[in-house]
Amino acid sequence: MEVKVDLKSMKHENFKDNEYIEQLVKELREGGTNVVVGVLDDVINWGRSNSLWPLTFATSCCGIEFMSVGAASNDMARFGFEVTRASPRQADFIMVAGTIVHKMAPVLKRLYDQMASPKYVIAVGGCAISGGPFKNSYHVVKGVNEIIPVDVYIPGCPPRPEAMLYGMMQLQRKVKLERFFGGVNKKEKRPEQDK
Amino acid sequence: MSNIYDKIKAIVPEVTIEENGLSMVVVPSEKMPIVASYLSEKESFDSLVALIGNDWGDSLGVVYIIDSTATNERVVLKTSTTDKENPMLYSVVNVWQSADLNEREVYDFYGIRFIGHPDMRRIFLREDWEGYPLRKDYDMSPEANPVPQTNEYNADTTISLQEQPDGTIKEEERVVFAPEDYVVNIGPQHPATHGVMRFRTAIEGETIKKIDPICGYIHRGVEKLAEGLTYPQTLHFTDRLDYLSAHQNRHALCMCIEEAMGIEVPERAKYIRTIMDELSRIGSHLLLYSTLCMDLGSITAFIYGFRDRDKILDIFDDTCGGRLIMNYNKIGGVMADIHPEFVTKVKNFIKYMPKGLAEYHALFSGNIIARNRMEGVGVLSKEDAIKFGIFGPTGRASGWANDVRKLEPYGVYDKVDFEQVVLTEGDTYARYMIRLKEIEQSMHIIEQLIDNIPEGDYAAKTKPIIKLPEGNFFKRVEGARGAFGVYIESKGDKTPYRMKFVSQGLNLIGAVDHITRDSKIADLIAIGGSLDYVIPDIDR
Repeated sequence: MEVKVDLKSMKHENFKDNEYIEQLVKELREGGTNVVVGVLDDVINWGRSNSLWPLTFATSCCGIEFMSVGAASNDMARFGFEVTRASPRQADFIMVAGTIVHKMAPVLKRLYDQMASPKYVIAVGGCAISGGPFKNSYHVVKGVNEIIPVDVYIPGCPPRPEAMLYGMMQLQRKVKLERFFGGVNKKEKRPEQDK
Repeated sequence: MSNIYDKIKAIVPEVTIEENGLSMVVVPSEKMPIVASYLSEKESFDSLVALIGNDWGDSLGVVYIIDSTATNERVVLKTSTTDKENPMLYSVVNVWQSADLNEREVYDFYGIRFIGHPDMRRIFLREDWEGYPLRKDYDMSPEANPVPQTNEYNADTTISLQEQPDGTIKEEERVVFAPEDYVVNIGPQHPATHGVMRFRTAIEGETIKKIDPICGYIHRGVEKLAEGLTYPQTLHFTDRLDYLSAHQNRHALCMCIEEAMGIEVPERAKYIRTIMDELSRIGSHLLLYSTLCMDLGSITAFIYGFRDRDKILDIFDDTCGGRLIMNYNKIGGVMADIHPEFVTKVKNFIKYMPKGLAEYHALFSGNIIARNRMEGVGVLSKEDAIKFGIFGPTGRASGWANDVRKLEPYGVYDKVDFEQVVLTEGDTYARYMIRLKEIEQSMHIIEQLIDNIPEGDYAAKTKPIIKLPEGNFFKRVEGARGAFGVYIESKGDKTPYRMKFVSQGLNLIGAVDHITRDSKIADLIAIGGSLDYVIPDIDR
């Protein structure tokens, strides 16, 4: 991804003019040193996207299919979703697997707030997307995007494990394209009381 | 029925009988305590199968379905009150303990308060909820109850209504947790509660003093939704209640509707339904094995269990097109014929499974750490199992032979030979072992059926618009973790007037406090895992 540098003392074109680095790399290579040149954001995003750890969070049917995703025949660890974490402090993203009802809504919001930034949300299944078959109920939240921002939607009732893996890999794509420094690492605002 | 009716009539002459589907004994509300104690003490009607609240327009009331474990007789009682402003009925919790959470549910849905009940709090909805949602005049607009933004507050005290000697009703305050109690909150988002169940647990050191279960974190209002849908549309809710016994749940609702309409289900459909029921029972018990072992620290067992469970899901996938939620049964039969490879795959699975079971026993059943954590932990006696209404494998592990497949045979269970597994220890280890033994019995049932599926139609022809005759209908099946019942009250329309799903797990939650009292807090995880409750089935 093209990163737009924002410096007072230097124009963007000058910043992109890296002739002296190219010269340096050339000299080093000629001297027999192996050098790789890249953007630090890409390296960090490569690492981040391949070790996204989900929070153990499930309310109903989709949660059982999510367990299947973690078990032998589908094994999400193949793609870097190594292990589900029981604590929101250690999780990178939350799979909202199942219906969210009125009584659960503040709990979900609180869990999301407790997660460390950068954090992501995947809405799994019809219920988390829009309320699904229970849309008309008096006690069902019509989509989790009413409470927390959603990054990826996975439709289905419940989605098959393959669909869940596809959705989680879409999140990886999204993470790979993000700007880390000055971007998502600073996204979260400080809460009022800390000031 | 007439026999027991005459006996009740001799005690309370005011009772009348309503013959409309189920034969109901209508008891005036003030006579309910006399009838209830007579039935339980003199006539051994000791098992409360269902307690169903209802709003009949001009009156609010409750229907009780009570079984006798000694004679397998059934009696249905009905009582009501016309006071809609401040409805009150007498509690039966001192007669049938399992009425405890059920009466709180009726209070939550209909606002009926029970005199003599020790704890009149809402059970599913938040304490600040406005109105009683299952009443017919409930305001459904989202403005009345918007999505709450604030965290929930749980009071440490509760109200109990007590009748004074002079006949007046007095509200008494009861303490749930005293200020000096050390209360730890387990759930609703906890990996070992198997879903969004929440236990407020008072502990002293490591010992559990009291547990106050709080339900409703996945209460979806299915029963109210069903009242606005036609019968074929209501079917899909059953799969999503207890998703691990999706076939059995849907089987119950289909049978209840078929019985009410008088539809004859083809023999082929009955065979297919029975095989599917048993396959999902095996799948559910494998999931119990996986998760219980994982909670006790054996991740390998989780991987093994899910590996084998996936084989069953593949069989479902071929025939039904779904892995977890199959939507396969329909009114009159099943949705589609079995897949051409169904029989071969099931046979291969039956050939394979004993090897898997041997592996499970080698891995976990004999493990000394596992046995120390399960043997003698969380003992439930047979008397308590009946008192708390614990059906299913959990009740059978305590020595109560309560299998609905044997008591009220449905499908083709009367044609197969199988043993009802009953253990007597009643501890966590017995509850674990009974699941593995039931897998063997389920395979034995499938073995007898799989080669004999008769030719013919897989579904009976039904009318395009399905209407039930006026009346009350009740049907039970044996789910994977208890008896699952469906109660329908019809006014002759194409939508039900009241549809109640009698949960498999609500009574299990009612007994958690009793079973875990004075155990260590770590044992709560083992006991909870072995009780095998599925929360969407409890909250509905």
